Amino acid sequence: MRYLPKSPADRESMLKAIGVRSVDDLFAFIPAEYRLERDLKVPRQMAESEIVDWFRERSRENGDGYASFLGAGAYSHYRPVVIDALISRGEFLTAYTPYQAEVSQGTLQSIFEFQTMICELTGMEVANASMYDGSTAAAEAVMMAARLTGRRSVVIARSVHPEYREVLATYAFHQGMPLSTIGFADTGRVDIRALEKAITEDTACVLIQSPNFFGTIEDVAAIADVVHKRGAKLVVSIAEAVSLGIVEPPREADIIAMEAQSFGVPLGFGGPYCGVIATREQFVRQMPGRLVGQTTDRNGKRGFVLTLATREQHIRREKATSNICTNQALVALMVNIFMTIYGKIGLRELAKQNLAKTVYAAKSFGKHGKLLFSGAPRFNEFVIQTTEDPKAINSRGLGHKIVGGLPLKKFYPELRNASLWCCTEMTTRSSIDTAVGLVAESERSQRTTDEESAVQEVGR
Amino acid sequence: MKHVTQKATRHVNQNEGLIFEKSSPGKGAWRLPPLDVPDVDAAELLGSSERKDLGQLPEVSEIEIIRHFTRLSTWNYAIDLGMYPLGSCTMKYNPRVNEVVSRLEGLANGHPYQPEKISQGALRIMKTLSDCLIEITGMDDITLQPAAGAQGELTGLLMVRAYHESKGAPRKKILIPDSAHGTNPATAAMVGYAVENLKSNANGMVDVAALSAQMNEQVAALMLTNPNTLGVFEQEIHKIADLMHSKGGLLYMDGANMNALVGKVRPGDFGVDVMHLNLHKTFSTPHGGGGPGSGPVAIKKILRPFLPTPIVVTKSDGTLGFDYDRPQSVGRVRAFYGNFGMFVRALAYTLANGPDGLRQTTEDAVLNANYIRKGLEGVYDLPYSTPTMHEVVFSDKLQLKKGVKTMDIAKRLIDYGFHPYTTAFPLIVPGALMIEPTESESKEEMDLFIEAMRAIAEEVEQDPEMVLQAPHSTRVSRLDETAAARKPVLRWKPSQSH
Amino acid sequence: MPYPTDRKYTKEHEWLKLDGDTATIGITAYAQQSLGDIVFVELPKAGSEVTAGKTFGSVESVKAVSDLYAPASGTVVEVNPELATAPEQVNKDAHGAWMIKVKLKSPAEVGSLLSAADYEKFVAEEGGS
Repeated sequence: MRYLPKSPADRESMLKAIGVRSVDDLFAFIPAEYRLERDLKVPRQMAESEIVDWFRERSRENGDGYASFLGAGAYSHYRPVVIDALISRGEFLTAYTPYQAEVSQGTLQSIFEFQTMICELTGMEVANASMYDGSTAAAEAVMMAARLTGRRSVVIARSVHPEYREVLATYAFHQGMPLSTIGFADTGRVDIRALEKAITEDTACVLIQSPNFFGTIEDVAAIADVVHKRGAKLVVSIAEAVSLGIVEPPREADIIAMEAQSFGVPLGFGGPYCGVIATREQFVRQMPGRLVGQTTDRNGKRGFVLTLATREQHIRREKATSNICTNQALVALMVNIFMTIYGKIGLRELAKQNLAKTVYAAKSFGKHGKLLFSGAPRFNEFVIQTTEDPKAINSRGLGHKIVGGLPLKKFYPELRNASLWCCTEMTTRSSIDTAVGLVAESERSQRTTDEESAVQEVGR
Repeated sequence: MKHVTQKATRHVNQNEGLIFEKSSPGKGAWRLPPLDVPDVDAAELLGSSERKDLGQLPEVSEIEIIRHFTRLSTWNYAIDLGMYPLGSCTMKYNPRVNEVVSRLEGLANGHPYQPEKISQGALRIMKTLSDCLIEITGMDDITLQPAAGAQGELTGLLMVRAYHESKGAPRKKILIPDSAHGTNPATAAMVGYAVENLKSNANGMVDVAALSAQMNEQVAALMLTNPNTLGVFEQEIHKIADLMHSKGGLLYMDGANMNALVGKVRPGDFGVDVMHLNLHKTFSTPHGGGGPGSGPVAIKKILRPFLPTPIVVTKSDGTLGFDYDRPQSVGRVRAFYGNFGMFVRALAYTLANGPDGLRQTTEDAVLNANYIRKGLEGVYDLPYSTPTMHEVVFSDKLQLKKGVKTMDIAKRLIDYGFHPYTTAFPLIVPGALMIEPTESESKEEMDLFIEAMRAIAEEVEQDPEMVLQAPHSTRVSRLDETAAARKPVLRWKPSQSH
Repeated sequence: MPYPTDRKYTKEHEWLKLDGDTATIGITAYAQQSLGDIVFVELPKAGSEVTAGKTFGSVESVKAVSDLYAPASGTVVEVNPELATAPEQVNKDAHGAWMIKVKLKSPAEVGSLLSAADYEKFVAEEGGS
């Protein structure tokens, strides 16, 4: 086996040193009835070239070469090549959690920079070293709010990513945390009046997303007013990090739970991504996840360490803030490098291109289908309602190498034939035009069918 | 320094400040293509939601970024540099072909919501990996969704709870041995269970008599790590499983130490009902400085209805798809389908090994740990003499006489060119030195390690003060963790000049 | 180590000094020493109730957390504000760095606590085991 650095002679001499005759003697302690006396039924050992071929084949079966209009919590942005060049360095790739600070300063300093940039972008005072993803970050943020307030129930906006809501439901269920959901207004924004009614004396927090699942930017200040008046905390989820380049961050929030995938992390069929929690300094001891802090060594030299570890599972065990152990360090490093590359000016320009493409697309689609939620500003997603089932339109799109927007019926049956479209800097005008053509074609043929059936009705 | 190590030599490394200290207006490392649609006025579109300033984000050029992160990287120790014997962490070689195949266009750029028709490649990878892991564990089914081991534990216990609820009542308690990982009790608490501690016997194993006394109809499950955190296989596992099952309880296995079993023993065969795997340990996906991990949960048939949604199914036309319609499911534990990129890597590792390679890997891992045990026995105190598998736990009892603790020995090991072992865990061994070499170490590397550990033991006798001050060869000496925790500085601020 | 005789002690290593029906409570020199450098002290708010034998807060060192157990029941009337920003006071002077003042429900409860001599003996036994 090519990964194993031992010759048969090495093994022999080691067995001799240990004082056993064969390697089986080392397993003799295990009751014989449980020892596996046959080969595992897994594929035979393959050459590297065969492995590459096998996966290349899978890659070809996986949407390679399509122009996609999918967003909905996973965004296609350009990944500067510098990212992979740097994260492929073995010193980053093959190191473990930086518990031994003296030999982990590289990882620690980069996390400290990450925490700083997340604070700058979100307008919060502290950020952790990362969480699994945006969905679990939101769930953990909600549980954090419950610890902060000593209250138990949670109000969630229905315009939060449906799968984030599902994850929260799973986490909250056994914590005895009742969840209630509030709807959205015609603008796509949180229905403020419903919100006012939903908050009670026992509401620990309200969870919203901005830009929300429909791409609509929430009026966070107005929502925060309502929430804070009742002594609850406001948790804001951000799924599209690039929005922070041009959309004012939800500074009025108490906790921000973010998905940073947009910052240089491959779509990768859904993971690994990079969640983050950011909050105010006064709440830091209730924050889950790892934190890196600055300190000095014995000679007064600046250095970095994992800190405030007493919040964590390996010390507090069943009283810990969370059971989280690993984070997403390598993915956070991608995010860190991405933020460094685009920086103060580039990130705004990047976000502006997203905005421009989306404005063009929404306007073009709106000429044929019905553009929903047009009464509030949006970032890079929009909802189009068509006469025909969007699944049928998308299915024709595949023939043109186009992956259309996400049909929303599964999550929001009341929106009927609506679908959620996303444009980023990667979306070309010509692919937008092609996709618009498909919708236009669909609407024309639907009208014709309607007219035909109308004629038939009359004729009957 | 009396002993000159053969493994490491000092070399110059570059100083490097924080990236913010390199920033100045007008520099940049980005360039966007020209817009092919009309430009827009952000102020008009966004109104008061428009952001005007990005604060302290840096402005630096590409070469500065390359140098910055390359310099930082040289301050890290890594598996690629040498032995990384962290017990319970399984720091094995991370094959490079894994990285290559996970970056293939269709896999790296696949959107989780793209139609199933054009997702067959990803689905096939998930299905093939699932089949392999089911066979390796001897279980009946699996979910790949959990993002890491701790989330796997959560998912497993959620299923345990759902199972008991389906039988009438969720029960109240989870039994956890005192040698367990901290995630176990933290997870049980998250699922709403009370934690009851289970004492180990004199051999470091579950005390079956104590278990028998503590087991009753209130206990939902026993969370057991096997081999346990001492590296000892629970020899009476059949009795333990029978005891649990006789009172309607389930046996949960923490699969953190699966690297000792693959191809030799299958948890499904010795009575385990539910277990998680750590793909970043046993299946070679890179640790990456602390993540991403991946924590699939394998189960017996009885738990199948409760698997998280969605699951991968083979449809009547032979293609693969997702099934979301599962009324008894515990729900979702994260968005989408899990850390897919890690599935690709774990499968590439499995294919590179095949049945013979997987077995040889386990044998080598156990051989290596026993070789180290033999090489250090007598020099360091071995609190439990029970045969060990893939890792061995010593204590600092002998060195403590000179005032030297496990952490000091660990820090001194850095000067010899090694990453420290795991210190102060498991909790049942005061002053533990927990060493897991994995199969990836050659005899030469381990001989150097044994030599280094023996040399340190001598240094403790002759010059304990020098060991207490270690490491002596790193960029920074021991850092003031107390100051860091008393007045936390968790971000850079512009006023902070250095 | 001499323990001041003007107060009472618990097996959980807290001390309690009675003044009328108000008790001043802190942790012992032995406790601070075994904890090591204290980095954070979590205390209840003034006005909250504490119950004898139940936790009322915690002290943290870099790598450990210990719960604080109330030696007697009552209402918290004052919390040492200094400890929020300077937890190291507990390390410097454990018997001076008080944590909370409690108006006791029944000051007689205090009678059952350990004397300085008994506590010293208890610590000697515990330390030796």
